Amino acid sequence: MDFLAPVINGFGVVLEPMNLLYCLIGVVIGMLIGVLPGLGPAATIAILLPLTYGVEPVTAIIMLSGIFYGAQYGGTITSVLLRLPGEASSVVTVFDGFALARQGRAGTALGIAAIGSFFGGTVAIIGLTLLAPIVAGFALDFGPPEYTALAMLGILLVATVSNGSKLKSIIAASLGLLLATVGRDTFTGEARFTFDNLSLADGLDFVPIAMGIFGLGEILYNLEERHNKVQAPAKVANVWPSRKDLKESSGAIGRGSLLGFFLGILPGGGATIASLAAYAMEKKRAKNPERFGRGAVEGVAAPESANNAAATSSFIPLLTLGIPANATMAIIFGALLIQGVTPGPQLVQNDPELFWGVVNSMYIGNILLLIMSIPLVGVFVKILRVRAAILAPITVLITLIGVYTINNSIFDIWLVIVFGLLGYLMKKFGFEPGPLVLAFVLGSLLEENLRRSLLVFGGDAAGFVTRPISGILLLVFVVVMLLPLLQKAFRKVRTTAPAVEARHHEKEKV
Amino acid sequence: MKHAAAGNGASPAIAEELVEPLTPEQLAAEWDEERPPHAGPLANVAAAVAAAALGIAGLAMSVGMGLGSPEKPEPGLWPFIISLVMIAMSVALLVFGRKKLDAEAFSSSSWQVAAGVATLVGFVLVVGVAGFEIPTLLLTFVWLRFLGKETWRMSVVLSFAVTAAFYLIFVVALSVPIPHLF
Repeated sequence: MDFLAPVINGFGVVLEPMNLLYCLIGVVIGMLIGVLPGLGPAATIAILLPLTYGVEPVTAIIMLSGIFYGAQYGGTITSVLLRLPGEASSVVTVFDGFALARQGRAGTALGIAAIGSFFGGTVAIIGLTLLAPIVAGFALDFGPPEYTALAMLGILLVATVSNGSKLKSIIAASLGLLLATVGRDTFTGEARFTFDNLSLADGLDFVPIAMGIFGLGEILYNLEERHNKVQAPAKVANVWPSRKDLKESSGAIGRGSLLGFFLGILPGGGATIASLAAYAMEKKRAKNPERFGRGAVEGVAAPESANNAAATSSFIPLLTLGIPANATMAIIFGALLIQGVTPGPQLVQNDPELFWGVVNSMYIGNILLLIMSIPLVGVFVKILRVRAAILAPITVLITLIGVYTINNSIFDIWLVIVFGLLGYLMKKFGFEPGPLVLAFVLGSLLEENLRRSLLVFGGDAAGFVTRPISGILLLVFVVVMLLPLLQKAFRKVRTTAPAVEARHHEKEKV
Repeated sequence: MKHAAAGNGASPAIAEELVEPLTPEQLAAEWDEERPPHAGPLANVAAAVAAAALGIAGLAMSVGMGLGSPEKPEPGLWPFIISLVMIAMSVALLVFGRKKLDAEAFSSSSWQVAAGVATLVGFVLVVGVAGFEIPTLLLTFVWLRFLGKETWRMSVVLSFAVTAAFYLIFVVALSVPIPHLF
């Protein structure tokens, strides 16, 4: 049982009191920001990055990932009770969740959602445990050309799968790549785009950029949006779903979990798309699809299982290939780099404690979340009454003071403000911030591998195509590039757009 | 089906009064209405021009760094390639993507954001000189009273409470080296 030994050791890591504590802190914060309007998980993780400097890498990542999957649980509560999706991944839950709440069955909806989330999360962790070492083993032979192709594909997928305009997302990604080149060139030592500014000589730090674009940008954007209306949430009674509800939704939970798991692995996939796809699939499968939108339990169970499964499985590309699949993973990638850990195929072998510690912490986290979502749900419903206007200055100050504490540098606070403004303007002009941050994180890796490959190939770019794996990856890259054009041609033949796509308009909250 | 019908009959009056039932389509339409108005194609033109200008600047500077050749790339080659992509995409946005209405118009409440940014700039300018307590107090108060439309009493009480809490957390508990007065 060679395979199981490191997995079991991982539990030892999780059960250290410090790690348990941070796991609890992470999932509570995740649940809170899921419930509270305004900040999404990516923004919260970005704002809390300074907190992770003082702790062990494994502890830090346990907390940050707890925030991420915790938010998937919390986002459900506002969807069901207030018809306001707390997270983009809970948008579809609104349709049936709120309908159930109106029928006085809010408790059932929340209970089923919590059980579905728990099941989805658990399925995905088991999948992660089994699949991750295999993917990592496969990727061990990857050389610079493969990494170049993989990073390019990853950035392109995140840019094209996101909600916004694809052209704009690619522009944002190229800006991220350009920002990554600021500072000393790693090959020649020459300064690039530093404008003779000493603070820029070592390049831009990831933290102020992430805190600015995701954190402050989001806060500024909300400042304008805020309607300040607080609705009284519906009463929640009897959160334990009946045997009948469980039976009705068990199929949906199973299908949603599997679908979510696979969609989460794909770069650019992730929780939002998984929840939409799972809802659409259940509606298509149902004997009487007209029940959906009027309080079908499956309409809550499927997307909630799927989004949690996807949130968990999106760790696979990050931890095994070193390629973040979405914006939140890009920030966790950055957090790992800060800690001196480079995620990649070697991680499972070289740092099994970190790898299995983080993976196994998700079991504990999901159990904690199940407890918080069923018996303690009333506490979180009360938190809904806190006004966003009160939270805004507090989060702003945490951001400003937090970034200062990393390097004791006033320059970093300026950077956060500049990038916060940029993040706000990007949102106003319809640019997704995710591709920029992802491209920034992958920028130096991409350039380094590209230049290494060119050195290996003696300048002959054909070498990328003749190597089998990089060739296939580049082929996929080209297909994804041309897909919009193909779809356009296809759409002329068939003009009926799927209904769910039209509903998927809610601005992605990061 | 019968499930939903049974539930409907038993629904409590409270929830029913608050919000009227909506189908997903109506809900989507309502969310659409709540969103700020679209900016016209001009916003996309402006964004494309700004991005293209950044790309051209990047192009010029990377040529200045030296491009080298594929077998012997110099520092400018990679930024050069990205700048080219950026310019190409901006031109494509200008030509094909102009009509897509995904930008939001600025409104009078956008001034709130400008005011918010101004308070942040003020915070940074003061924090190095006078410590973080006074700027924290003022920033919280302005955000609560003027940007958040809280009551005067609430704003005063909360801004003192927040400042005290930050002092206790950052200075007393964590001893973070943030400039402080006391």
